[in-house]
This record gives sequence, structure tokens and C-alpha cells, in this order.
Amino acid sequence: MNEISRPTPEPIKFVAKNMRLDLRLIAEMIEPGSRVLDIGSGDGSLIETLFRTKGCDARGIEIDMAEVTRSVAHGLPVMHGDADHDLAEYPDGAFDFVVLSRTLQAVERPREVLRQMLRIGTRAIVSFPNFGHWLVRWQLLSTGRMPMTSVWSRAWYETPNIHPCTIRDFMALCEQDGYVIELWLAVDEAGQRSPWRRSPGLANVFGEQALFRLRKA
Amino acid sequence: MDLPDLPEAEHQNVRFADGFVLDCGTTLPELTVAYRTYGTLDAARANAVLVCHALTGDQYVAEPSPVTGKEGWWTQVVGPGRPVDTDRYFVICANVLGGCMGSTGPRSLRPDGSRWGTDFPPVTIRDMVRAQKRLVEHLGIERLFAVIGGSMGGMQVLEWASTYPDALFAAVPIAAASHHSAQNIAFHEVGRQAIFADPEYHGGRYHEHGTIPARGLAVARMAAHITYLSEEALARKFGRRLQNGGLSIFGDMFQVESYLRHQGSTFVRRFDANSYLTITRAMDYFDLAADHGDDLAAAFAGTRARFCVVSFSSDWLFPTRESRALVRALNRAAANVSFVEIPTDKGHDAFLLDEPDFHRTLAGFLAGCAERAGIGR
Repeated sequence: MNEISRPTPEPIKFVAKNMRLDLRLIAEMIEPGSRVLDIGSGDGSLIETLFRTKGCDARGIEIDMAEVTRSVAHGLPVMHGDADHDLAEYPDGAFDFVVLSRTLQAVERPREVLRQMLRIGTRAIVSFPNFGHWLVRWQLLSTGRMPMTSVWSRAWYETPNIHPCTIRDFMALCEQDGYVIELWLAVDEAGQRSPWRRSPGLANVFGEQALFRLRKA
Repeated sequence: MDLPDLPEAEHQNVRFADGFVLDCGTTLPELTVAYRTYGTLDAARANAVLVCHALTGDQYVAEPSPVTGKEGWWTQVVGPGRPVDTDRYFVICANVLGGCMGSTGPRSLRPDGSRWGTDFPPVTIRDMVRAQKRLVEHLGIERLFAVIGGSMGGMQVLEWASTYPDALFAAVPIAAASHHSAQNIAFHEVGRQAIFADPEYHGGRYHEHGTIPARGLAVARMAAHITYLSEEALARKFGRRLQNGGLSIFGDMFQVESYLRHQGSTFVRRFDANSYLTITRAMDYFDLAADHGDDLAAAFAGTRARFCVVSFSSDWLFPTRESRALVRALNRAAANVSFVEIPTDKGHDAFLLDEPDFHRTLAGFLAGCAERAGIGR
């Protein structure tokens, strides 16, 4: 009871034009007919797309009860819950893909969440906003204040994004915990894949969002 | 308080004369299941929805009860164009085993013509479900599209999913739990003791004395009714408002007293005390995990049913945490689970009342399942 009555942090929401692209890119990474768990399923558009266009058994977990009710009332299998507390219950290998989009920076224990994702799923798909983006770096350097951008738009004292990381940070964690990066890409503000996507160093400066597909080694 | 026995009414039923073995080991020589259906069974016999009623409910889900004349207890949920749409689904509801609306129970006659009364053997939620299974088979239905129920009805839903996993496509336990808590048992025990303490109870043989333990049963209902409401709902409906002004000892002083007394007095006109004892015992005894080595997930191992678990925020009889524990067990069994908590101040009874979010959720879940099951195309 306590954990649901907690004030629910609002993770960063990308602007609408990028959101669809973000979900489309994720859907492209998922094979037809897969068992999929979408953590933070929001309005359920990803699981609906996966069910309708790819015949997937796609389910969602969502922290916002109003979104859960809307999704279930729309015929989608979504349960109220969150990444930090509800993954531990699933058996090993229950899913082919476990998706966590735009939420990693807002969970309490990102490393544990990743570990659980790759325990209950064969593959994990993770997207997050890149804190290494040049604008973020420039604002901190030039003003000495916490950056405020279109993506990082909440003040430090009230942001739900308590674990920001850069693309390089994330890659280092994957290496440390023995996860294989099967695919990755970074996109700029307009949601375009860019020529620097093969260079982690450049992506870490110019990529506004990052998307990874992982599996265990 | 002298009241006539419950009005006799003809209830649609089916009789199974081949004996019915109960969990307690006793065999009932014959089993009668009283039931009602709504809507039309489709050619594939695939659109049947079983509704399981709660402790004091009955099979008259969507039509007036012949006993009370009051409209069905779930007309907001079951009917044409309702969430459980009788234009689309074939809805079945049976009076539970042990009940008093026509199914075999303490009020029924034994083959020798005497009433069962307190000799009626203890029944379990699983016995109730087995009796429903007999009915469903009798109706020629191999697999139900959905089993839906609130409170004790939700317990039956869980038992269905556990005992007959291949006989249902979807399961909707509402405001329910996998076991009755100590607190719930305690409230039931207050009610039972009130019945026992009524001199008109006559050790359960009140029929032979031409009376009913109306006071005891009314008190049992009053105590239970408090648990169906929330403090907020009581405060909103009655607050501390007085009934007729001044201080009194024997009359009703507060409006809430008058309300509870009304609940008690109308209840005794439609419910049998021995049935109340039998069914409350069945609820208290229910513990699905205990039946599976204390592992609730084992009760659902390998299930392919789609679950929709619904709780209500102000329900303290079957609180959300119980539903959440159920959801986690279903997750451990890798079941397909939807789970919502409906925000409301109406307490446990919310599942019977006008809760648009709940109704939308139920309708959408069933529609989504129907699409996947290929029903109604």
C-alpha cells in the first residue's frame, strides 16, 4: 500500500514528435511473435503496436494509475507497478524482450533494474536521455548551475530524474556487469540518426537520447 | 422478533442425482444448482461468462429477485450495452452451494424430507466452484470465456483459475484476496456469535419452532455491513447527524444507526441464518496458497488465462495490498495480468456501485480478451 501512495515521480517525457520515433525505433528492434514486457508503458502505444503489427504477447507495467486504467480499458494487458519493486517477482527468462524507455534515469536503483531486466528477459532494450550532450556540458561549464534544457527541464530540487548518466557511463556499466551491447544508437534533438552514431565519443557529445539493445554475455 | 420463514419461490435449477463429494469427505446424495442466464450462447459455445456472487448475493444478477422484488444486484455491470454485455456474451450466474436461493444448502430438504439445517456439511469455496462446473458442463460449455466475481465471488474466480485452468480464457477477481485475513474471520465470528446468541436460533433448529433468529442475523448483517463501507463513506452519508433530535437510549439516535438497522431488518427477510453460517465458514476457510504448499504462485502454475485484478482504494476488508500480493504471485507464475486500483471512497461495496473507471476497465479488458479469443467477430 505504501509504495503506491508514494508521490509518483514523473520521468522525462520527450516531446511528441520524438516519442513516436523513439517507440518506432524500439519496435524495430523487437522480433515478431516475441514475449515483451514494457516497463513504464505509459498510454500503452508500444504494446498495442507490438500486438497489432508484430503479433507479440506484449504486456505493460505502469506507475501512473490513470494511465493503467486507460490502457486496460483499451483492452491492453497492463498492471500497476514500477521498475524498482515489481521485476523481482517474475521468473527467469519469462520474456524475450524487456523494454525500459525514458525511465532508467528516474528509477531508484538503475543497476539492479538492469540486472532484473536481463534476468527475466533474454534481451533488454533501454533508452535514456544523454547527460553528456554538449548543451548540458556547456551550461554547467558556463553558468556553474545545474543545466536546464528542453530534456532536463526540472530544477535540481524537484526533478524525478535522480540518476542521470551519459552514453559512456552506460557503456561502462554494461562492460562492468558483463552485458553485450547488440545494438545501440544515439539520436539528436530532431530524432534523426546521425553520422556520428558509430563513434561513442561523438555520440556522447551530440546525441540527445540513446537507445541500447543488450543481452547477457 | 417473529418473522415468517423466507418466501418460497420457484428458482430455475438443475438437479444432479448422482451424488456430490465435498472437500470435507461427505457426499451429498443429490445436488441442486439454481441459476439464471442472460444473452445467447453462440454457435461455438465460446462466449459464456460466469458471474460468481458474493456472500449474500444470488443468481438474480440482472433482473428483479422473485424473493425481494428488488432489481438485480449488478444491473450496472451486466446487461445489454453494459460492461458485461449480454448482447455479446452469454452470462450465467448460479446460487452458491450452501446458499438459500434454490441451490442445495442448509435450507434444502434431505431425501427423507427433513431439512438439512445444522446437519448440512461444511462446504468450501472449491466445493462451490465444483458445483458451478457441473452446471457449466450441463449447459454444454467446455470452456468459459470469462469468470468474474467480487469479494467472495472473486475467491471463486481464483479457485476456478486454479482448479480448472483450461476451462476459462479470462479471470476477473474483484475486491478479493487469496485468503481471508484474521481480521475478516474475526468480523465473521462476531456475526456468527450474534446468531448463536439469539434464543430463536434453537441450536439451528429454528424451522422446527416456526421461527427465525432474526435479531441475531440482523446484528450479523449490521456488523458485516460496516466492513463493506469506508469511514469516509459513512462520514459523507451520515456524519454525526441525528435522527429525530434529542438524546435517546432505545430509539435510533444517529442516522447511521437507523441505516444499519434497516440493513439488518431487510436482510433477515431474504437470507437464511444457517446459510449465513455455512457460507461465512467457507470464506474463512479459503486459503488458496495453503492448498498449494503455501506457495500462491503454485496455484496458478502454467496458467494461460488472462487475469484482470481490480481493487478499490478505500476497501479495508480486501485491501489493495492483498490484490497486489495476488498480482505478484501471478507474476511469479508468468501469468498475463492486468491490475488496477480504482480510486474511490466507497469501500469494499464499491464493486457493486456506480464506479465509471471500474466499469470502463472491465468492459475494455473483456473486449481486449474477446478480440484475442476471436469472439463476436
